[in-house]
Amino acid sequence: MAPGFSPNELSSYLVIGAILFSLGVFTVLTRRNAISVLMGVELILNSANINYVAFSHFGSGNADGQIYAIFVIMLAAAEAAVGLAIVLAIFQLFHTIEVEAAETLKE
Amino acid sequence: MTVSTAVFYLVVAITLGSAMIVAFSRNIIYSAFSLLGTFAGVAGIYIFLGADFVAAVQLLIYVGGILVLVLFAVMLTHRITDVEITNRAAGRIPALIVVGVLVYLLAQTVRETPWTKAKEIVFAATTAKIGDLFLDTYLLPFELASLVLLAALIGAVVISRKEIKE
Repeated sequence: MAPGFSPNELSSYLVIGAILFSLGVFTVLTRRNAISVLMGVELILNSANINYVAFSHFGSGNADGQIYAIFVIMLAAAEAAVGLAIVLAIFQLFHTIEVEAAETLKE
Repeated sequence: MTVSTAVFYLVVAITLGSAMIVAFSRNIIYSAFSLLGTFAGVAGIYIFLGADFVAAVQLLIYVGGILVLVLFAVMLTHRITDVEITNRAAGRIPALIVVGVLVYLLAQTVRETPWTKAKEIVFAATTAKIGDLFLDTYLLPFELASLVLLAALIGAVVISRKEIKE
């Protein structure tokens, strides 16, 4: 582990968030499977949440960052429900969930 | 090294290791189950940041809700018995270069920025504070959130239902 990487340092949490964000971006960029793309989006949202809570803990000291994190989690739940419903609808229509296959707006 | 530091390293390793499986695994079932490690690990990180309520919400909604939803979607759209690769990836090398540059720039920014720090860092139960904020400062967004969830619920049902042609 790099020096200064400890549970008492703001920068270690920001680096964790950065790595998680990059893995999420990698997933979104490379996957052809629509569900995997949604998983990448969840990773990105989690990394943003880590930053919110870390700044709330080390920076301001009040709970505003945690409130924003809860709103992000709520929106992630809504996004997952609608996104996976769309994936199921695409699967019924095209019998595949490769994102490249679903390039037309109708059957 | 104290016990809590060791636990912190363990939690970080679980989080990032499972996230790597999500990103690199060739089997979508492994990817979906690895999300469990990532979400639980992020909840552990929240506990290290003194955010007990957010950690509980993370476990309830991500592990209990979103993960189950993702697993359902995976199993409804794949024939599980197929051994073939179910999680094809495209353009890995350019994506690796882009992501490598991104993580380098982000880490550099984190290191060079002089972050302002709170004078004292407190570990206290946050649930009461969050409840007060939700019913006071953030009342309007809180009520809007319930509307958004209702809209998402109805939207998901409408989109995924089978149309009955007369």
